[in-house]
Amino acid sequence: MNLLGVWAIYRFEMARFGRTFWTSLVVPVITTSLYFIVFGSAIGSRMTEIGGVPYGAFIVPGLILLSMFTESIGNASFGIYMPKWAGTIYEILSAPISPLETVIAYVGAAATKSVIVGLVIFATAHLFVDLPVAHPFAMFAFLILMAVTFCLFGFLIGIWAQSFEQLQVIPLLVVYPLTFLGGAFYSIKMLPPLWQTVTLFNPVVYLISGFRWTFFGKGDVTMAASIGALALFLGLCLAIVIWMFRTGYRLKS
Amino acid sequence: MRPGQSLCSIVMTQPAPDTPATPALAISGLAKTYASGVVALHAVDLTVARGEIFALLGPNGAGKTTLINAVCGIVTPSGGSAHALGHDTRTDYRSARRLIGLVPQELHTDAFETVLATVSFSRKLFGRSRDDAFIEKLLRDLTLWDKRDAKIMELSGGMKRRVMIAKALSHEPELLFLDEPTAGVDVDLRRDMWEMVRGLRERGVTIVLTTHYIEEAEEMADRVGVIAKGRLIIVEETRTLMKKLGRKTLTLNLAQPLGAIPEALANWNLALAGDGHELVYEFDTQAEATGVPSLLRAMSDLDIGFKDLNTKQSSLEDIFVDLVHESAAEKHP
Ligand SMILES: Nc1ncnc2c1ncn2[C@@H]1O[C@H](COP(=O)(O)OP(=O)(O)OP(=O)(O)O)[C@@H](O)[C@H]1O
Ligand SMILES: [Mg+2]
Repeated sequence: MNLLGVWAIYRFEMARFGRTFWTSLVVPVITTSLYFIVFGSAIGSRMTEIGGVPYGAFIVPGLILLSMFTESIGNASFGIYMPKWAGTIYEILSAPISPLETVIAYVGAAATKSVIVGLVIFATAHLFVDLPVAHPFAMFAFLILMAVTFCLFGFLIGIWAQSFEQLQVIPLLVVYPLTFLGGAFYSIKMLPPLWQTVTLFNPVVYLISGFRWTFFGKGDVTMAASIGALALFLGLCLAIVIWMFRTGYRLKS
Repeated sequence: MRPGQSLCSIVMTQPAPDTPATPALAISGLAKTYASGVVALHAVDLTVARGEIFALLGPNGAGKTTLINAVCGIVTPSGGSAHALGHDTRTDYRSARRLIGLVPQELHTDAFETVLATVSFSRKLFGRSRDDAFIEKLLRDLTLWDKRDAKIMELSGGMKRRVMIAKALSHEPELLFLDEPTAGVDVDLRRDMWEMVRGLRERGVTIVLTTHYIEEAEEMADRVGVIAKGRLIIVEETRTLMKKLGRKTLTLNLAQPLGAIPEALANWNLALAGDGHELVYEFDTQAEATGVPSLLRAMSDLDIGFKDLNTKQSSLEDIFVDLVHESAAEKHP
């Protein structure tokens, strides 16, 4: 194990975030506040409750997930795309550090930041709504696992991307559709039966449902399905990323 | 024992003991074909002894960078193997890479980092614990200490190159690769660089460097390898190679064209060119007598006048062409 090497990369990445710390926290806070004003107050006043939960509180897990998803993909993909683009990746590739260690360092740093963003939004939400948390430990564990999974996903996009366009198009093409159609701001039980079935192929449905369960004790799908989907998504991303490093896919020629 | 490595494979591939006799670098059959189909390296074999300074000399696109990158883990070789101080650079990459330092050809730096931060980072990345005194000495040696808190983007190109060198030396490697260390570098820095290389050698560091310049190889290296079109066509002690390479041609523009070389000039290695308007004499600059004065005297005796003359050191490219032809001729007599 090259723990010093892992720590060096982790610190390097955290320092990079540190330089833009305030802007990167202000943006999600403002976005979240806007969502609360639009969805929570304007629309929420019309649709008061979903499954016994006030609408303002109901959308909080979805909001946290959405912000963490975009932040994670942005940070993790940029974290590995930049050295590739600037050429500084030569040093990582020539260092005595294994693929898994490299991934732990980069993804660990990006996930740390995503967790901070998630917690800041969680705190912001308290300004707008009463927010009970039924299972605080499960909620925190879910938050961390989601951050790691999203960051792994972002990391593999960063390796895959060969231009800044590709780097930016994924969030637009993947994150927003999956999140908005995945029931971030409504219960999929409100959809017509056919659409409910289609939606079950969307992995985000399971994540939101599980995350919401940790808050309100109930979700759209079973907790087992949620945990299973999260584990599957995480495992798949990790396997692909390790494969990329082993074979040097788009990292080495 | 590393995880995933069976006892059997350890017994079979007796790890070369890291004794002074172990070469610093042992490359065998190292080959690289890029995805584009370009064959950048044809099965190259090379051994560099400990403490040696080895220069890889070759024109653009010869495969110098590819060779270095294939050893350092930046390019995946298509075949063959490389050992650094007895450690296989692929199967035992951790041990190998700890001992290797690399200064790449291009200046790749983190623009927003400070000099001190980026050099300290490199040391830790290579698994060495913090050593402020060592890093300070390193930066002082490279005259970077005053700039330690400057962001890298604020530095000049030459200073960036020093930063790259400091990064490569930060983990105290025993085998250092310098890929064109003097490209785009002024005379002062070049001299510093040579001094640094000699200083490192005194401490027992083995150095493999690439260059386009014969003089540089001559100045610095114990041995020189000439690489062209992905083949290592010659590996020689520097002195021996310089003898072979130090040829000049003297071209005389004749006043009257000659049909043939006169009998009286048969002792000189002469050729006619330009429809008999030019007389070309090839000679060895390192020989005791070049034969130029006597040739001119003999010509004047024969009343062969000339309008103009010039001498030309055979350029590196000419030399490569010659060498490639020579080595091809040796293989297929
Ligand atoms: N990433 C790559 N993909 C495809 N071909 C490449 C790549 N890198 C190098 N090549 C090709 O491989 C050959 C060897 O290139 P290399 O960079 O090793 O040469 P070099 O001897 O270092 O040249 P120079 O003196 O210009 O630095 C060249 O034909 C080059 O075009
Ligand atoms: Mg090169």
